Formats: sequence, C-alpha cells, structure tokens
Amino acid sequence: MNKVIITVVGRDTVGIIAKICTYLADHGLNILDISQTIVQGYFNMMMIVDMSGTDAVFSEIADELEALGTSIGVAVKCQREEIFESMHRLSTQM
Amino acid sequence: MLHIDQKEVLATNTMIEKENLDVRTITLGISLFDCAEGDLSTRCRKIYDKITSKAENLVRVGEEISREFGIPIVNKRISVTPIAMIGAGVCRVPEDYVEIARALDRAAGTVGVNFLGGYSALVEKGMSQADRLLIESIPDALSETGVICSSVCVGSTRAGINMDAVHLMGEVIRRTAEKTKEQDSLGCAKLVVFCNAPDDNPFMAGAFHGVTMQDEVVNVGVSGPGVVKTAIESVRGQSFDVLCETIKKTAFQVTRVGQLVATEAARRLEVPFGIVDLSLAPTPAIGDSVADILCEIGLSEAGAPGTTAALALLNDQVKKGGLMASSSVGGLSGAFIPVSEDQGMISAARSGALCIEKLEAMTSVCSVGLDMIAIPGNTSAATISGIIADEMAIGMINGKTTAARLIPVIGKGVGDEATFGGLLGTAPIMPVSKASCEAFVSRTGRIPAPVNSFRN
Repeated sequence: MNKVIITVVGRDTVGIIAKICTYLADHGLNILDISQTIVQGYFNMMMIVDMSGTDAVFSEIADELEALGTSIGVAVKCQREEIFESMHRLSTQM
Repeated sequence: MLHIDQKEVLATNTMIEKENLDVRTITLGISLFDCAEGDLSTRCRKIYDKITSKAENLVRVGEEISREFGIPIVNKRISVTPIAMIGAGVCRVPEDYVEIARALDRAAGTVGVNFLGGYSALVEKGMSQADRLLIESIPDALSETGVICSSVCVGSTRAGINMDAVHLMGEVIRRTAEKTKEQDSLGCAKLVVFCNAPDDNPFMAGAFHGVTMQDEVVNVGVSGPGVVKTAIESVRGQSFDVLCETIKKTAFQVTRVGQLVATEAARRLEVPFGIVDLSLAPTPAIGDSVADILCEIGLSEAGAPGTTAALALLNDQVKKGGLMASSSVGGLSGAFIPVSEDQGMISAARSGALCIEKLEAMTSVCSVGLDMIAIPGNTSAATISGIIADEMAIGMINGKTTAARLIPVIGKGVGDEATFGGLLGTAPIMPVSKASCEAFVSRTGRIPAPVNSFRN
C-alpha cells in the first residue's frame, strides 16, 4: 500500500470535504480514514489515502491538491505516511 | 499497526512549519582515488567527469524526497577524497592544486550543489610534499572558487599535534583572509582545522570522503534546535530528569526523520547509506538557535556561568536520544556552536557575555569547536596558530573531534561586525588576547600523543 496523508487547514466553509473528495475519486485515490475538527472556527482535516490505485505521479497530485486548496481558501498538504510513522511509531519498516 | 492520528500529524507539521525542523544536508561522498592517474589535466578531467556522473541526480532526488515527505532538505552537497592525495605526484607547485580546485568547482556548479568539501590534507603525523603544496594553495583555491570547502587535520589522539602544520595554518588563514578581504574575509569561513577529523562528516566546511570508505556513500545531517527549544519550554522549571527525557525524546524524533531521508536517498541514488549525523545545527534564522536552548535550560544568555554544564547535558541527551533512532550514527554528532550562524550566540557575543575563552571551554563538551568566530583583522598568524593549538589540544586529550574555523576580518576590529551572508550569517568581531605565543608556535615538530591512562 502506498499511503499518503492529506491535511487541510483553513477557515471553515461549505463544501471543503466535497471538493477534496471529488478530486480524489476522479483520480482513483482511495480514502482509508478521515478525521476532522473545528478549532476556533478553523477547519482541520486529515485524510489517509491509498495511492496504489493510481498511475499519477505524487508531485502532480500534491501540486493539484494544493492548487485546489488555494482556490477554496484552505491550505492543503500531501505527505507520504512514512515521515509520521518514523517520528511517532517505535516499530516501523525503514 | 494503528493508523497515524491527527495529533501526531499536527505535531510533525508544527515542527516543520513553526519550529524549523529540517534535514540540514544530504551529502554524497565520492572516492576520487580512481582519478589519480595521468597528468594534471587528465586528472582534472577525470575528477570532473566522475563527480558530474555520480552526483548527476543528487539535487533532483533531494528535492523529490523533500516534496514527498513535506520536509525541507536545506542542502545537497558533495564530499570527496582529500585532494592532497589525488594530486600527489603531478602537482609540482601550489598553483597545480588550484587547477584541481577549479575543476571541482566546475563540477559542483554543473550538478547544482551548494558546497563541495574535501580540498583537504590529513597531516596529523607529518606533512608530505603534496600535503604542503595543497595547504599552501588554500588561499588561492578558496579565493578563486565559489563553493569549494577546505579542511586540514593537524592532530589526533593517536598521533599528537603536528605543530609545523599548526604554524603553517596560522599563516594560511591570514593569507586566505587577505585574499578575500573584499567579502569580509569569507574564504576563512570555508576553511576548517581539525583534530580527530571524522571520515564521514556530512557537514561543511569540514566534510571529506574518508580514505577508508567505499566508493560512494550517502550521509545525512539532521538539525532541529527549534524543535528541542519548543519541547523543553513545556517542562520549564522541572527537574533535570524531566528535562533530559524531553530532549532525548525530541532528538529521537528528529533523528528518525534523518534516517528516513537517508534510507530513501540511498535507495534512489543507488548508493549505500553511510551514517546519520545527529548534530543540532543552528542557522541565523530566529528560532533555530542552540544558544536559545541554553537559555531555555535556564541561562539568561549563552556564556553565563553554567553554560558549559548546560551544553554538556544537551549534547549528551541529543546523542542518547538519537542513537536509537538510526541504524548508523557518525560524523560530528552533537550540538554545534558556530557564533555567526546562531542568532542567540551573535547576541551573546555582542553583549560581551560570550568570549573566545568561554567558547573554548564549551568546545570541550560539545561537538566541533571554535566555529565561525570573527577576530580582529590585525591578529597575527602566530596568535591564530596559538588559538588553533589550544583547540587541538582539547580534542587530542579528550579523544574527541575539535576544530577551529577562525576568520580574521581584514580591516575590521572589535566593535565591528562581519557579514558573510546566507547560512554563514553575521559575526561581531571578538577580542583576542594580546599576549604573545610567538616563541611557542615557532618551535618545530610535534606535540606527542598523550598517555591514555591516569586520566585526571
């Protein structure tokens, strides 16, 4: 599995999740987990996404998601899961 | 395995975005022994060809990894076999070595790295003719090239200190300063004098590819003073036990990122992974300072009484936390205290809280040594040699790496400041003792290797 963490941070508005999810569906990216909170009016979302179903290049997906985020006024960041696992899990495959 | 949760993701990204967590350097070590054949122009061509083919993808791979993990990788660099050995036999005058320096500089420019280290000589036991020629060529090599870094190892615990080389380096540093005086003697910022130089150091200006190493290797230097500082803010006023635990845990996390990047870079470059260097390397950016950690530990300024103890504690916890996080640790591994590259050190030097003598004491407990210290432009070569000898003695007796990177800023004195730009920062000129050591450094030969028993 090729897991990617997508984080979305910004002022809460209608349709943030819808737009991001539509993009992911269109590109064959499967969502494994979503968590979302609102802190002081700020929207915080994290998704774990499996990229193994797509042929797309990581940097293209990351660039497009960032651009999509900018168009709806939120900051979107894509990172491979390993960086979080390596920092927060003792046993990890490296 | 449990999924990563949102808090953990947020914690990592806060470290990256707000606390300057980064991977300081991916350094590709390249052996040049197979370029040491033929005449000078053949060797220069072979060196250029080898570096540009082996390091062709280094910068691109660094940028890809940075993009995919969302972690800045600040520098992509190259270290090579000490050049004194590669030019031996064909370099007849110092200018011949400068020709090799130019070839290295062109190669570095072609592959897009920001520094290339290894314009070096290892002379702790004695200087060969080739070593001497390379050392004498350093002022021209550093003033005529852009990204070449030079280091000379003049001492070790096993060999003692080569005082002839120490004497020579005082003069070489002065000449380098003179030749680059238009840029605040910047050449000296790219020149390190070592005792017990490590073979696998990824950090500049002292990186070179050790002679006992394989053909190529990837070494990674991590950083993260800002992350440590923020972590220990949460335990302000608590016991040393709690403080040390906090530093260790943070160092573990920072090092794991370095290990991940190193493994990934090695795989993509198809080069063996060498080591992760656990250093806390500051930058002049606000919030990226080792001095600020010392202040958070409880000092009003770096240089206050207690500074050496606080630094010893910090250095040791960084190693303890980092060691478990990497499969192979090496290089310098400790807290760096370069004055010009650390905002907190700069302020402490400006206010007078930090002097060269205190810095010298600090170097006995942390990695490296008297680093990026600007001294008056009229400091004599003998005095520079004396300061180097003191620093080398600390390394030799304590069995650790020490180094001196001193910058006599031509045309400036105490009260002035030197500006080197970028990561090299700004340094107030620090006063140097006026007492003379001329007769001491003029003696010839070596200070013998120390006894390793009766350790008092």
